[in-house]
Amino acid sequence: MKRYSAFAIAREAARYHSGWGRAWAAPQPKAKYDAIIVGAGGHGLATAYYLGKNFGITNVAVLEKGWLGGGNTGRNTTIIRSNYLQDASAAIYEKARSLYETMSQDLNYNVMFSPRGVIMLAQTHHEVRGYQRTAHANALQGVETQYIGPDKVKELVPIINIDGPRYPVLGGLWQPRGGTARHDAVAWGYARACSDMGMDIIQQCEVTGVRRDGDRVIGVDTTKGAIDCDKLGLVVAGHSGVLAEKAGFRLPIESLALQALVSEPIKPCMDVVVMANTVHGYMSQSDKGEMVIGGGTDGFNNYTQRGSFHHVEETVRALIETFPMISRLKMLRQWGGIVDMTGDRSPILSKTPVDGIFVNCGWGTGGFKAIPGSGWAMAELMAKGHSPLAAEFSLNRFAEGRFIDESVAAGVAH
Amino acid sequence: MSTRLAHTGRLLTKARQIAFTFNGKHLTGFEGDTLASALLANDQMLVGRSFKYHRPRGIIASGAEEPNALVGLGTGASFEPNQRATTTALFDGLAAASQNHWPSLDFDVGAINNRLARFFPAGFYYKTFMAPRAAWKHLFEPIVRHSAGLGKAPRDRDADTYEHFYAFTDVLVIGGGVAGLQAALAAGRAGAQVLLLEQTPHYGGRAPVDGGKINDLPVDKFVEQIVAELETMPNVTLRLRCMGAGVYDHGYVLGYEQLSDHTPGIPGPRHRLWKIRAKQVITATGAIERPLSFAGNDVPGVMLAASVRDYAVNYGVSVGDRTVVVTNNDDAYRTAITLKTLGLEVPVILDARTKGGGDLMVQARALGVRVETGKGIAKVLGTKRVTGVAICTQAGEGAVLEEIACDAVAMSGGWSPVVHLWSHCGGKLIWDAAQAMFRPDVDKAPTGASGEAFVLAAGTANGALSLGAVLSDADAAGKAAATATGHKPKSDSAPQGETPAEALIEPVWMMPQGAGVKLRMKSWLDFQNDVKVSDVQLAAQEGYESVEHTKRYTTLGMATDQGKLSNINGLATLARALNADIPAVGTTTFRPPYTPISMGAIAGEARGEIFQPLRRSPMHAWHEENGAYWEPVGHWRRPYCYPRSGETHADAVAREVNQTRASLGLLDASTLGKIIVKGPDAGRFLDMLYTNMMSTLAVGKCRYGLMCSENGFLSDDGVVARIDDDTWLCHTTTGGADRIHAHMEEWLQTEWWDWQVYTANVTEQYAQIAVVGPNGRKLLEKLGGMDVSRETLPFMTWADGALAGIGCRIYRISFSGELSYEIAVPASQGRALWDKLLAAGQEFGITPYGTEALHVMRAEKGFIMIGDETDGTVIPQDLGLNWAISKKKSDYLGKRAQERSHMADPNRWKLVGLETVDGSVLPDGAYAVAEGVNDNGQKATQGRVTSTYHSPTLGKGIAMGLVLHGPDRMGEVLDFPRIDGSVAQARIVDPVFFDKDGEKQNV
Ligand SMILES: Cc1cc2nc3c(=O)[nH]c(=O)nc-3n(C[C@H](O)[C@H](O)[C@H](O)COP(=O)(O)OP(=O)(O)OC[C@H]3O[C@@H](n4cnc5c(N)ncnc54)[C@H](O)[C@@H]3O)c2cc1C
Repeated sequence: MKRYSAFAIAREAARYHSGWGRAWAAPQPKAKYDAIIVGAGGHGLATAYYLGKNFGITNVAVLEKGWLGGGNTGRNTTIIRSNYLQDASAAIYEKARSLYETMSQDLNYNVMFSPRGVIMLAQTHHEVRGYQRTAHANALQGVETQYIGPDKVKELVPIINIDGPRYPVLGGLWQPRGGTARHDAVAWGYARACSDMGMDIIQQCEVTGVRRDGDRVIGVDTTKGAIDCDKLGLVVAGHSGVLAEKAGFRLPIESLALQALVSEPIKPCMDVVVMANTVHGYMSQSDKGEMVIGGGTDGFNNYTQRGSFHHVEETVRALIETFPMISRLKMLRQWGGIVDMTGDRSPILSKTPVDGIFVNCGWGTGGFKAIPGSGWAMAELMAKGHSPLAAEFSLNRFAEGRFIDESVAAGVAH
Repeated sequence: MSTRLAHTGRLLTKARQIAFTFNGKHLTGFEGDTLASALLANDQMLVGRSFKYHRPRGIIASGAEEPNALVGLGTGASFEPNQRATTTALFDGLAAASQNHWPSLDFDVGAINNRLARFFPAGFYYKTFMAPRAAWKHLFEPIVRHSAGLGKAPRDRDADTYEHFYAFTDVLVIGGGVAGLQAALAAGRAGAQVLLLEQTPHYGGRAPVDGGKINDLPVDKFVEQIVAELETMPNVTLRLRCMGAGVYDHGYVLGYEQLSDHTPGIPGPRHRLWKIRAKQVITATGAIERPLSFAGNDVPGVMLAASVRDYAVNYGVSVGDRTVVVTNNDDAYRTAITLKTLGLEVPVILDARTKGGGDLMVQARALGVRVETGKGIAKVLGTKRVTGVAICTQAGEGAVLEEIACDAVAMSGGWSPVVHLWSHCGGKLIWDAAQAMFRPDVDKAPTGASGEAFVLAAGTANGALSLGAVLSDADAAGKAAATATGHKPKSDSAPQGETPAEALIEPVWMMPQGAGVKLRMKSWLDFQNDVKVSDVQLAAQEGYESVEHTKRYTTLGMATDQGKLSNINGLATLARALNADIPAVGTTTFRPPYTPISMGAIAGEARGEIFQPLRRSPMHAWHEENGAYWEPVGHWRRPYCYPRSGETHADAVAREVNQTRASLGLLDASTLGKIIVKGPDAGRFLDMLYTNMMSTLAVGKCRYGLMCSENGFLSDDGVVARIDDDTWLCHTTTGGADRIHAHMEEWLQTEWWDWQVYTANVTEQYAQIAVVGPNGRKLLEKLGGMDVSRETLPFMTWADGALAGIGCRIYRISFSGELSYEIAVPASQGRALWDKLLAAGQEFGITPYGTEALHVMRAEKGFIMIGDETDGTVIPQDLGLNWAISKKKSDYLGKRAQERSHMADPNRWKLVGLETVDGSVLPDGAYAVAEGVNDNGQKATQGRVTSTYHSPTLGKGIAMGLVLHGPDRMGEVLDFPRIDGSVAQARIVDPVFFDKDGEKQNV
């Protein structure tokens, strides 16, 4: 693989960039792999990457029904934070966040991780107490956060309206090393690194069936033929329920549309990410200058990757209250993704009733930030059968009533 | 030079001059001008700078597809960035400023990027800026951010207002060109309810400029007639300046009407967002011309051929004295003919097709225009404006045959139907190879709930290019939509359109077809985002083969025009690079809105005070007048406390608690939820809803009840009163009223739909006042009218009657541990009773108290608070509330969940009281730490604070918390680290801090 660097670009410029090779190969599937990962989203690719990097397992295929990164990984609003309340969540999200810090260098692909800081606004007394609690929990979990007052909020976000008539800003939970990254680049960077380790990333290859020998998985059927494997990781977000059914078990997952929108680009006016959970909206500014906006999920289950307009309306309305200046910006584009929601809104990283099949799903509205940590834990789980980071997120927690509920601290979990 | 022509300008009122400024320069135009036409009339060719390389940019189009001419408009609270000059109507005093340059439009330092363009190909930033690690955030990202971004951010609160409008119609026609008008007429004549939206201020679309005849009339005349007829039809509504912005499921369409952008300052809203439910939608949205990809196609002065014609005919503006026309289809000949007829020079028409065109070519030649077939542009000369073109053969690699001086280039690469609205909701496209365009696949239209198509495309938007085909297609669409909505169309025939016969287009995706890399690096696809042919080719070379990958890697089509000009050229370039068919490569997804719409319009009226209307109790005004410090609770405001002058909030709370405990307090409890549950099955229903038994509650009695979610977690609590045999009144928490009512209805409507139960949320129908304290009974007796003695109205009972002449219901319940009555009266009587209670209570030193005193008093008594002791993970058993869980019932919501292993785990944290060793107040939300760390290296914990207060009654800090094996560890001291690193130590105690035997409330 040709290393990327300013020097490489200069060298290539001299020959009009004719020397750049493919970022990842486009192989045909082999008959058998040690491990197959279904789903070339961020989580699937990161799982494959760490199987290779941490455990030396490189006879791996990642099968993708569309184009890699084309699911929620390429549709999200890229907020990265780890200021979660529950221990299990804080552990895996902080692991992920810390891996984001060095991802560009690890992958030799600039994913533009921008630790610009994330504020979650407290706009009710209830939220104030909730975030103070999170700040206490984070201190013990090794997550750097701080509860800040309204003046500090205003200082960090000059365009915010802190004394809104309806929900004045009372304070906020500030995570200075939270931020954003370039979503496509995360998928592309992992894909390039996996391909470089000799793994096969096979796009336009839908898994249509799971083949079993009794309670053991032996392979998959795909639109490019049958492929054998010893281990199978299902990492398909909103389509997890569908694939689990093909494998012969059920998952406690519902699929809902989550939308986002961007404004036309403007010159820099907001340097941090702001989440306003009481009014249900959040906003950041992309490097291109667009205000990136999101809110809640639609109230009904579906697979269309379109959303209903009323959510956009509610979100924009809420954010105009919080940031009055955006009223005169224009919405450039709205879109939706299908998010995989579990009963407690926390992910599933788990063995399954079928030997050799592992699932990684349920990241719902907030899994972009988790990609490296999730891949790390999933790889460990698949390679060793156990991962401390994944332990609490096993499937049987639903049967046991051992929920990991984050809505305690914040209504929106992006 | 671009300049104003003397004799044309069909949309202008030349008698009305309009003064405006551009970058502070004073200029004039005419009424009817767009900002773009007025700028061109003033020879302002350079209007902005591109996104990445800061290249000089001029106006390229005349409509919504314009990617370059974006300006900042207005000032202060009316400032708006990124306004498209081509769709901005000129008005008196308009102040526009160009964007994305420093220090000035003519001299932009950022243009250095242009010199370095070779080092900044597509995706270069993914390959660099990685070392040192901190440099991205602190060095590179700020540079990228500052050079990107286009317009300036508005700073002030928006001075304008916006509104929403709802409409229902049989047939919605989007587009008021001849196709849309004809479709509307056909549907309207059939009797269907029709709504037509046209985004510009004029009906007729392109046709009046393009010429031809309809029913032997000039197009203008036809448009006049048809609009006149439509205007007389009562079942037809027409709207100008109203864009179809998005098509959503179930025939839901957004319209975006610009009411006063062209007349700022007039009263009323600026924009109106239409929310339309249409049974059938006809998209008659026309087509957009494609640029050609030759080197220098972005130099100011290079324009779409039809737009050059628009400016000449509609606005009387010549873009140049000498305009070279370059094309691969017949339409651009119209431009040459128009210009020539107006007395302007057309040095040459370069037709990339070896055989050239049809009748129009003959006409052009007859006018003396030189036509060169099989030729194209190798390169445009000039940087800030066109000075000439170098000609080459299209078949070759760009060897220059001749240089021709000119000051404008009119290019046409063919036409792409506007399929956006067709596609928003799932309509599919097919590639029409003969016409070189994607057009709607009529067999795969967007479908409604029962699978039937609800969108029809009509006219050019449906791929019909000649006037005759457009009209008959539109007529058929109008009739089909009428039929689909249950009307019977007339059997009249469509108007006849006449245009010259045209030769077929020949797709040209690169000019010349063998252009070398140096030319390809100057052939622009996306003008705003600076994506060139070479970028798309690089993306393909590097494996970004999916059209979505290419788009994202190069940013093609991601600018404010969303690729209206660039997408088809880009994906054709990609297809060539991959050696694939265009349809195999496919398009990216079309997403709403069609062109950007204001956030203000999306939000509508609901801003400021009415963003989420405040709910006010009947006593709200009194609280306000008496200095309440407010706390937002749900949609209500509740007084947190009533500080007197000189008092801190803490002082006020302490006074309120002390005075209530000592004598008498008054609480506005109106916001508590009140839900009537009534019917033969109401008792059975409530037994399922609450953990306690409610069916056995005697009439006249009250019971404290708990509700759990299906997962067993405690979700709400409150006192339930049995009103009569089949009626219960359920109190909920303030925040819970709507949620619990919805929860009840969800179960009734989805699970127990056959149970006869009726629920009504009557929260706002009643004012409720708590009279609390040892002198409470005396106060009520003083008001008179009811027997409130211990014997007649014992604890946990209620009675109807009248107090001081006001009809009321009194509940003898207590959340403070004091003798307490909650008095409910019709909301209209709330303030009257409040005033009477206050007046009569003077002799007892009555004190209104707020939510904080309420919280302190309940905590002193060890009563739990939903939202403090509970957080969605806590079950009643954790809180020592087993006494409120019926053992007799076979089921209730949450019961099965509470039997799961983790719920029954003895290691769950349990409720205890906590008292700091030094009497201080424990920090809110603090955790009790345990020895060691967990598997993930996090500090181990064994409990947490759920609520914490200073107790004025006890004179020290008190708290409640959940602690591992807490109830078995009374007296143990736990460590609670504070955020600052210090540690608070607290002892585990009984959660009931005050009046353990309940002597005060049972008097
Ligand atoms: C609008 C929106 C905003 C969001 N904002 C944020 C945010 O700000 N921060 C954050 O942390 N998270 C956010 N998220 C959530 C985040 O995007 C997801 O949790 C995360 O991207 C999920 O990654 P994934 O790899 O699990 O799934 P995906 O990226 O969806 O990947 C799953 C892949 O599986 C493929 N697949 C499915 N079925 C098959 C099959 N049968 N065979 C082969 N392949 C198959 C799909 O094509 C897809 O590529 C947001 C999500 C949305 C929709």
